[in-house]
Amino acid sequence: MFAYYMDLALRSLRRSPVLTALMVLAIAVGIGASMTTLTVMHLLSGDPLPGRSQHIFYPQVDPTSHLNPHSHPYDMMDYHSAVDLWSAQRADRQALVTVSALRLTAPTVNQPALMAQMLSTTTDFFPMFAVPFQYGNAWTAQDDARHARVAVISADLNNKLFQGADSVGRTLRLKDVDVRIIGVLAPWRPSPQFYDVVGGRFSDGDTASFYGRPQDVFMPFFSSLEVNDGGFNPFTCWSAPDPGVKLQNSTCVWVALWVQLNSTAKVGAYRDYLAAYAEQQKALGRFARADNTRMFDLMQWLDFNRVVPSDVRLQTWLAFAFLAICLFNTIGLLLAKFLRRAGEIGVRRALGASRTAVFAQCLVEAGMIGLLGGLGGLLLTMLGLWLIRRQPVEYADLIHLDPSMFGLTFALAIAASLLAGVLPALRASRIAPALQLKTL
Amino acid sequence: MQIQPILAALRQHRLATLLLALEIALACAVLCNACFLIISRVQHTHVDSGVDESALAAVKLTGYDPASSVDLNARVLSGLAKISGMQSVSVINAVPFGDHAGTAGISTDAAGKQFAGVVDIYVGGPGSFKALGLQLVAGSAPDDGDYRPIKHFVPDDAMVWVTRALADHLWPGVDPLGKEFWSDKFHFRVGGVLAHLTRPYGGEGGPGTIDWSVYAPAQPGEELAGVYLLRADPTELPRVLRDARAAIAAIAPDAVVDSKNSQPLGTLREKYFRQDRLMAGILLGVICALLLVTALGIVGLASFWVQQRRRQIGVRRALGATRSDILAYFQTENFLIVSGGIVLGMVLVFAINLLLMQHYELPRLPLYYLPIGALSLYIIGQLAVLGPALRAAAVPPVEATRSVG
Repeated sequence: MFAYYMDLALRSLRRSPVLTALMVLAIAVGIGASMTTLTVMHLLSGDPLPGRSQHIFYPQVDPTSHLNPHSHPYDMMDYHSAVDLWSAQRADRQALVTVSALRLTAPTVNQPALMAQMLSTTTDFFPMFAVPFQYGNAWTAQDDARHARVAVISADLNNKLFQGADSVGRTLRLKDVDVRIIGVLAPWRPSPQFYDVVGGRFSDGDTASFYGRPQDVFMPFFSSLEVNDGGFNPFTCWSAPDPGVKLQNSTCVWVALWVQLNSTAKVGAYRDYLAAYAEQQKALGRFARADNTRMFDLMQWLDFNRVVPSDVRLQTWLAFAFLAICLFNTIGLLLAKFLRRAGEIGVRRALGASRTAVFAQCLVEAGMIGLLGGLGGLLLTMLGLWLIRRQPVEYADLIHLDPSMFGLTFALAIAASLLAGVLPALRASRIAPALQLKTL
Repeated sequence: MQIQPILAALRQHRLATLLLALEIALACAVLCNACFLIISRVQHTHVDSGVDESALAAVKLTGYDPASSVDLNARVLSGLAKISGMQSVSVINAVPFGDHAGTAGISTDAAGKQFAGVVDIYVGGPGSFKALGLQLVAGSAPDDGDYRPIKHFVPDDAMVWVTRALADHLWPGVDPLGKEFWSDKFHFRVGGVLAHLTRPYGGEGGPGTIDWSVYAPAQPGEELAGVYLLRADPTELPRVLRDARAAIAAIAPDAVVDSKNSQPLGTLREKYFRQDRLMAGILLGVICALLLVTALGIVGLASFWVQQRRRQIGVRRALGATRSDILAYFQTENFLIVSGGIVLGMVLVFAINLLLMQHYELPRLPLYYLPIGALSLYIIGQLAVLGPALRAAAVPPVEATRSVG
């Protein structure tokens, strides 16, 4: 029966090629626009650590020594709070994170000095965020403790300096200090670069920079403070720091802490621990208030920072409004098409076809249009994504059509056309046979 | 033209009419709001930075030892000044459309109780005020004594030049000259008012606060080094910047040139607004596609109606209706449907505008967008229906005698 309806649908579509083309075009354009933006949304709003993100948390305290005029704790922590919480080792894993820039040369490589972005962190960073290694390993907790002069470098930097060869054991000069490479990462491109997302709510929706590449150099936190002394910048300060005071002792926030907590009991315990820590610091006179602690999980933290650029959201809304217009258009045209065949449907009904059969036949025709529109939409989506990849935005290289989005394109196209077909098909199935036969 | 019979005929096609009207309503809503977005984006990209962009370039150095800043400043200032065509070299902490450096919250009282917003402070060395080409609307340009030494961040007690927009925000309706404001323990006194000076980076206030800048003259030193403002004739600027970057390798081998920020201001501006222009382009594309789809929908439905009514048209023609009567019939019909859609669309326009206002800090849509949006939809509608209507007008009266339509 289905095959017969398909045959009927094909005949019907061929009979009025212009009308068919108009409908297919409308669906294709609508689907192309909405799938392009939806793919970008999907890639930018996805979970950077699928399966693990629910165990990753971002603790925050309010280290201000006088009352913080803002109701939220700052996006990062001061050195002492962060290091206290980290040293307590109350979580399953914990990593300090801060980013700075420094001058980098490779003594044996004939290339000019460059300014590299350095991530200062601690050993748990790599297993906690499942960072893949190409050569060598991460440093150990002992390396953290004894301020070892070692570094892990990105695949990009390894390609640039060492043409992708195994550079473990070679030396980098960071500022004036020689540092031994102990690991090289495999290409790693989390989307967004979640571990140093801060300050998103102050960026006025322009958050494309959260989708940049990871840093080129990873160094043990405490070693890097010595190597790049004076090279770190605060995220913000609650009062102007006195000149000459080291950032470690300043009134500034500039260090983030990430923790992994594998069970809800541990999450509760850690929240209690945070509260107790703030209480203790208040008693010591360091904190002004103890009740301003917070701990988001990874996805909540990304939401809080509104990581998806507002322009991308706007484009998605726009595309769906456009799809809606295309759908109204298709409904109107399908209605015209089905009712034009009123006579034919009347004959079928008179010969014994049930309303359901007529309804099904009309829907098959609508679905066929959806399938054709989906094909066109897929081509337009690929064109749209290609255009986005050519744009000078940080996330351009992340944009691709993954299988789930590929499938969704057709699902959306067929669903849209079936939806568009329901009303006209219902109308067509209610055609009274007698009335139509009379006019023949 | 009588409207009554047209309405009666439309009542026979309630569903199709409704669909077309809905399509037009949605198109109207998206059209008006998208146009509004495009225009606000384009206006934003035309912001007056207040400085002579075409004659200015920045050079940013990083990676040097902070202890050698004073020496670095001396080397760079004297070294770059020798380049032929260079009109001036001065030290500054940031340039418009570059990285921000002096972002600070300010208050209008010494205790910091009256928080007045977050501004950007340009800290500039001698010569930078003149090099920027800032326009004064009140007060006079800084004199040599105004360039004070910095202990940390900005001079402790500085004479500053604020933009008119910032002055209006801080002291509405009052002469700002001599007024004071504070940022933590730093104290500022207004020495002059500038026509415009955009902050380096948009900041958290969005486009509304883009002009909230302060110019603070200061002596270069350890706290003010690394960013240099070059001024040259616009035609020579690219060559001068190229020479300057080449010269840095010899003058300051200990520093790394930050390529992204060492550009002519025109290039920095172009990069800064690239996303806005891109978005305006996308919106324009969507509007075109939208109008096209709407027009095609009208063509399709009108063609169908013409074909369906061939016999009736024939009858009317046989009874004495002229071709122009038939043409007018279909055009009036389209006018009525589009009118219905527009009435509904107006409501949608404001609903969508309200949503955008909430999420994108957009102002309320000005009312004049509505007649313009309506007019363009009427024009699209009339153009789209013209083809089918002409075909209808061409139906011969003899059609009345044929039985099947």
